[in-house]
Amino acid sequence: MVLSCQNVRKVFGDHVVLDDLTLDVAEHEVVALIGASGSGKSTLLRCVNLLAEIDDGTIHLDGEEITDPRADPDLVRQKIGLVFQSYNLFPHMTVLDNITLAPVRVHKRPAAEARDQAVQWLERVGLAGKADAYPDRLSGGQQQRVAIVRALVNSPRLLLLDEVTSALDPELVGEVLTMIRDLKGEGMTMVLATHEMGFAKQVADRVAFLEAGRVLEQGPPSQVLGDPVEARTRQFLSRIIEAGRL
Amino acid sequence: MTHAPSARQQERIAFRRRQAIRSVLLAALSTAVVGTLLAVGITGSPGWPRVRQSFFDPDVARKFLPDILTGLWLNLQLLVFCAVLALALGLLIAVLRTMRGAVFFPVRALATGYTYTFRGLPLIIVIYLFAFGIPGLRLQGTPDVLVLGGAAIVITYGAYLAEVFRAGIESVHPSQVAAARSLGLGYRATMRHVVLPQAVRRVTPALLNDVVALQKDVGLISLAGPIDAIRAAQIGVAQSANFTPYIVAGVLFVLLALPLIAVTDWVTLRAARRQNAGT
Repeated sequence: MVLSCQNVRKVFGDHVVLDDLTLDVAEHEVVALIGASGSGKSTLLRCVNLLAEIDDGTIHLDGEEITDPRADPDLVRQKIGLVFQSYNLFPHMTVLDNITLAPVRVHKRPAAEARDQAVQWLERVGLAGKADAYPDRLSGGQQQRVAIVRALVNSPRLLLLDEVTSALDPELVGEVLTMIRDLKGEGMTMVLATHEMGFAKQVADRVAFLEAGRVLEQGPPSQVLGDPVEARTRQFLSRIIEAGRL
Repeated sequence: MTHAPSARQQERIAFRRRQAIRSVLLAALSTAVVGTLLAVGITGSPGWPRVRQSFFDPDVARKFLPDILTGLWLNLQLLVFCAVLALALGLLIAVLRTMRGAVFFPVRALATGYTYTFRGLPLIIVIYLFAFGIPGLRLQGTPDVLVLGGAAIVITYGAYLAEVFRAGIESVHPSQVAAARSLGLGYRATMRHVVLPQAVRRVTPALLNDVVALQKDVGLISLAGPIDAIRAAQIGVAQSANFTPYIVAGVLFVLLALPLIAVTDWVTLRAARRQNAGT
């Protein structure tokens, strides 16, 4: 298992966000987290990346417990990439500097080498001309692709994608999804929180439906999205279909 | 391809041009009226001849100008040193105040106590305490009053600048810190490469404004004894029994501030434009 979450609990004040949640992710596996807003998808990703501290349970990465208080969060995060809904690029840095910041400052790679790698990535994702541009000159889709590259250049063991297309105009969603599909082709292990059911169906090996901080149902996309067992899952999916999103 | 404006658009342009000319003329007229009224009001007042003699005597001004200029050079040097050191101190204190964790409690408490104390304490009192109190201890190697007075200015302004820097640091959205940490950057690297560059850019106009205030407050060093522009003017006033040297020093201070104020305005304008130039 690359990632193993056991009985994870997270509370904000009186509100239980993650309640005894258990989820495993195998190598090269892509798991899509679906569920209503507030069901705990984003919180789970933040907990895995140690941006939020869990209140009970354990999380293991490659068999090592990362929720051990003695573990160094910086070292853990170096092995996990996280891409945010609102991109969170650094506005005062060019695209190139955004991408090479961690390779140079954290992984102590030579600047020229990091630069070459960044340029190669940008070419691959169709942003070759944007290396010296500032983020505010890019469209949302371009910014999100840069954000994904920024996470990938650190060669993470696991990539977490937190509703990465939710802030995008509809016509820009496709370019980001294509990039994620390519990553799956290369065997990247990914956990993605998403509202794009059609995409979850295409790209995910497994879909997990979160409800009130628990994994209520999980399985192959065709089963969970096509023939769900739980009444709550059916209810959620019928609302999605009503909204025209499946 | 060039676009030829329609007749309606040309009419609009012509109208706007007429309006602009009218407002310029109006502004010129009202300025002339106010200026004339002020000039007549002041020069026509019963005490004007006396005031002109004791505040605007060209002979006195010429006589003491070289001394005051020599003093101003000291102010200028002091301004540069104090500004650089106060900015460095302010940044350091602001960063110390953001440190989390129980270990840093004493550091945080000291930094907080410092900004509270020195923002409340009048600069004049700090200068007196430093320039007369510290030599009173009769310690070996006590520096010159000029250095002590400068230190008083640096410490007082450092407290103000620390608060400006802190406001800037707090204005950087938490998601920026989350993004940096998620890449594996530690607290220090996140501060240095992500938070501080954005924070400093955002508060540069406010910092420069404080440097303009510092520019005139370095004149308070005269209270400790060094002969700066104000002290030189004071000596001139005593020798000539005429207030003109103060006016000379005042005008020189304004002239000294003008370039700095111009830079501040320019930076502020540029920052405002950049803020509005979002996608």
